[in-house]
Amino acid sequence: MSAVLTASELWKTFGEKEVLRGISLELATHEVVALIGPSGSGKSTLLRCLNLLEPIDDGRILLGEEDISDPRVKPDAVRARFGVVFQHYNLFPHLSVLDNVTLASRVVHGVARATAEERGTRLLERIGLADKAREHPDRLSGGQQQRAAIVRAIATDPEVLLLDEITSALDPELVGEVLDLVRELAADGATILMATHEMAFARDVAHRVLFLDGGVVVEEGPAAELFAAPREARTREFLARMS
Amino acid sequence: MLIAAASTVVVGALVWAFVINTEGWAKVQAFFLDPAIALASLPKIWDGFLLNLEVLAISVVTVGVVALLIATFRTLRGPVFFPLRVIAAAYTDLFRGMPFIIVLYIVGIGIPTITNTRIPPIVLGVIAVTLTYSSYVAEVMRAGIEAVHPSQRLAARALGLGYVQTLVRIVLPQAIRKITPPLMNDFVAMQKDVGLVSILGAVDAVRAAQIAASQTYNFTPYIVAGVLFVLLAIPTIRLTDWYSARLRDREQMGSIV
Repeated sequence: MSAVLTASELWKTFGEKEVLRGISLELATHEVVALIGPSGSGKSTLLRCLNLLEPIDDGRILLGEEDISDPRVKPDAVRARFGVVFQHYNLFPHLSVLDNVTLASRVVHGVARATAEERGTRLLERIGLADKAREHPDRLSGGQQQRAAIVRAIATDPEVLLLDEITSALDPELVGEVLDLVRELAADGATILMATHEMAFARDVAHRVLFLDGGVVVEEGPAAELFAAPREARTREFLARMS
Repeated sequence: MLIAAASTVVVGALVWAFVINTEGWAKVQAFFLDPAIALASLPKIWDGFLLNLEVLAISVVTVGVVALLIATFRTLRGPVFFPLRVIAAAYTDLFRGMPFIIVLYIVGIGIPTITNTRIPPIVLGVIAVTLTYSSYVAEVMRAGIEAVHPSQRLAARALGLGYVQTLVRIVLPQAIRKITPPLMNDFVAMQKDVGLVSILGAVDAVRAAQIAASQTYNFTPYIVAGVLFVLLAIPTIRLTDWYSARLRDREQMGSIV
């Protein structure tokens, strides 16, 4: 398996606070990696730094072979190769669900409207929201909105999908439908890096797990191993608190 | 419904009876509400009013463009844009603070004097209205732009949209929905302030009324001009009310607009 995304020694400070303190990770094609760790451990910041939504202070990020942390790289073009799903969905309230899904294809990737809509409709059909295509997002439930947001993120066939605690804002009974969709994408071979608090889901779907605390990777390993027999005391403590 | 109608009739009748029985009503009628003078002065006032409309029509466009530019400058982030932010802030401070009539004097009389050229009053009027009103409208637009949650920009940038694409497709459409009622208020204010171009020597509705009034020693022409401005404003005012109510309803239905 070849590496799609390679980050080495990422540092990031907000004012006085060091949020990332030399984080490295590698993501192979078709691999699903979960980032776990307490709030404030740097998971969200790490995800935002990887697709250049936040500039890093130091370190190197390779997307495929390309060094995207090089200041000469155009960040918009890099971001277009990632798909991101946020905790609060962040759908565009003034656009229909279908327009939300097709916006990037049309505006960033120059796909003709008809083609983009055909594909967008197919994707919405797949998640059972075809009848909501012309509705605005506020007519959808939280779970439907988040699934629409996932479809928006994958509509442009991104090389890497970044999921930032996508079930944290959902009512418990809506979490399942969203996780099922992610499970499907993983089974279809998507490359996914996800920050999550759903330990059972991470154990079930992720190939590897990274435990972050205080801006560093405390421990990493295959999901089954890390959850069954964590090596570090801090990991054990965290997992004990989460269960 | 019936009660409202009855009460309106009673109040109307009382006011009417009270007014026409007041001492001096005849005098008021003669000096302010002379139908013959109203009719005679109307054509010239109407011609002047068309000039006001012309200034208004052009100004709506220039104010919109300049205001959007200023508002964009004020919302730019990053140290590189510091000078632009300062200039935009100084502009809005200056022209929101300065009385419109002073701007009119400076532009309308100052510019032709120092350049020693004859500039049509309509051009000067548009410049003055634009300077003052773009500062108000820019602030409304800025408030609207900033009211769009940062997560919306984030989501758009994450999809690969550039700064301008994000502004045009995501931020502005949402901002415009939020600021339409206050913008329409500014539009109403502008509709009457275009009457002030009369002091530039343009024969607009107000100046035409002034001429007619001095010829007839009667104030009725002013009333005629005033009524024209009110008639112009009413549709906008009603439209603002209707739109605000619709926004309120939609928000109560739980939509984010």
